[in-house]
Amino acid sequence: MQSERRQAQSDPVWMKWGLTATATGVIAVLVLIPVINVFAEALSGGIGVYWRNLFADPETRHSIYLTLTVAPIAVVANIIFAIAASWAIVHFEFPGRTLLTALIDLPFSVSPVVAGLMFVLIFGLQGYLGKFLRRDGYSIMPYIMAGIAAVAVIAIHSIMQHRQLPSANRKSHSCVIVVLSGVATFAAVLIIQLYFHIWPEHQSLKIIFATPGLVLATMFVTFPFVARELIPVMEAIGPEEELAALSLGASGWQTFWRVTIPNIKWGLIYGVILCNARAVGEFGAVYVVSGHIEGKTDTMPLRIEKLFQEYNLPGSFAVASALTLLALLTLAAKTLVERKAHAIHTRGAHTRGGIR
Amino acid sequence: MFYLSVLVLLPIMACFFKASTLSWNEFWSAVWTERTRAAYSLTFGASLVAAFVNLFLGLLIAWVLVRYSFPGKRIMDSLVDLPLALPTAVGGLVYASLYVPNGWLGRFLVPLGIQAAYSRLGIVLVLIFVGLPFAVRTVQPILEEIDPETEEASSSLGATRWQSFRRVIFPALLPALITGFALSFARSIGEYGSVVFVSGNMPYKTEIAPILIVARLEEFAYGEATAIAVVLLVISFSMLVLINRLVRWSRRYAI
Repeated sequence: MQSERRQAQSDPVWMKWGLTATATGVIAVLVLIPVINVFAEALSGGIGVYWRNLFADPETRHSIYLTLTVAPIAVVANIIFAIAASWAIVHFEFPGRTLLTALIDLPFSVSPVVAGLMFVLIFGLQGYLGKFLRRDGYSIMPYIMAGIAAVAVIAIHSIMQHRQLPSANRKSHSCVIVVLSGVATFAAVLIIQLYFHIWPEHQSLKIIFATPGLVLATMFVTFPFVARELIPVMEAIGPEEELAALSLGASGWQTFWRVTIPNIKWGLIYGVILCNARAVGEFGAVYVVSGHIEGKTDTMPLRIEKLFQEYNLPGSFAVASALTLLALLTLAAKTLVERKAHAIHTRGAHTRGGIR
Repeated sequence: MFYLSVLVLLPIMACFFKASTLSWNEFWSAVWTERTRAAYSLTFGASLVAAFVNLFLGLLIAWVLVRYSFPGKRIMDSLVDLPLALPTAVGGLVYASLYVPNGWLGRFLVPLGIQAAYSRLGIVLVLIFVGLPFAVRTVQPILEEIDPETEEASSSLGATRWQSFRRVIFPALLPALITGFALSFARSIGEYGSVVFVSGNMPYKTEIAPILIVARLEEFAYGEATAIAVVLLVISFSMLVLINRLVRWSRRYAI
């Protein structure tokens, strides 16, 4: 790098090293020392104590397990949403498109605590839906599941239809097919669920102070991450390659798996890494909806807080060190993906993504 | 679109709806007491100070990362992102334990009379930690894109190094700097996870607005909690609009 620098850009030597030393000092005090401190504190009682702190305590074990269930669900839901949303934003002009892009960023600016509060207001015992769900919650589940399946089928259908090369006389025909298949899916899924009694009847469905609430809150907080990464990548690629594939006779699915996914692969992985890191570490929103039922709704960050309040510092540092390790892995993976993506794509797709 | 509206719009609407069921007096008495005023002013004060510090640190670190090459540069570059990857609870926990009298840093600071744990200084410190990546990562790409020729031109016209920094580079960086400032400020206002560890949560003294919301919730005073939440929501919406404007402005300026 230094040799490329032109003379006008080179600073005096004392300034260069002075600034570098200051910056290194700042990073060391703000970031490096805390990270080292986590591991030092966690391991201060020796490996054996560390291991016991992390895995012998049933509540801590349960919190690890809970985090490992909540985070993947939220991440997968967000991936599906992000692909659909970014695809729609790039390929269609529809009313509310700018609104959609603005809304995607919204969870970034909403305080996590407020986000949690919003879910409590809706699903909590005194909330708008809380009473109904508490009384007879599972009775609506078949309908919800069937509805989700039907919407998914319609969405996939219409996207695939749209991706066929335009031919005017098939339009009205395909519309009917889409609606019919949607209705058929709804009925089929509904009947299957009712027939096999998948959901317990006349039982209350707890969302707040239970796992579904944790998933919802985590989803809310993390859902911009993947979408934000994908939209610029998709915009940079544009629809030309897909059209080329379609015109060469590929089906909608083939185009999706062979052309779209390979193109967005690195952006997608990058977004997933960031999203996962946030999903695992989310504290504020989860704190409000969890209700701190020990061994039930404590995720790892909440467990850290509880152990801290109980003055069990080695225990909380043990959990913290596991999360820190994950964060370091995240960073390593992120750097790797950045380099890979850098090599494949030209710059530009990531200048926007790098900010957050 | 459906997913989005269920997950985002509905909750926000519920929040405003709930707040609108309160009478004006109830709302006012919830959001404007001495305790909430102290919390707001602490939230904003600490966020402002942290964002200002981040403004300078962001410029410094971005400058060093872009302009110089030194051993360990890559590691430093990725360490900048760590506050994003690290769960905020972990950050708060570590900061709380670093600055107590027998912590690694508190050992040296407390004898000097600097109490960083369980004080306002501690809050500012974690907010700096949390906001640092935003400040660095907004300035860095812009600084990379600045054409060396502009600096060459200014120095060939007889400008000193300092003059060309102040007159040429700084104006080009200004939008990015402001954006970074706004981003880290917005992040700081909503920050909860790390502050709750460090602050000690003493009412009137080290209690920030999100903590106050949680405190109200734990008293099952949903109405009051919502009222404070609405205040925060309105602030963060206006921050969002402002940031979007700034980003657009800085892009236009950069190209």
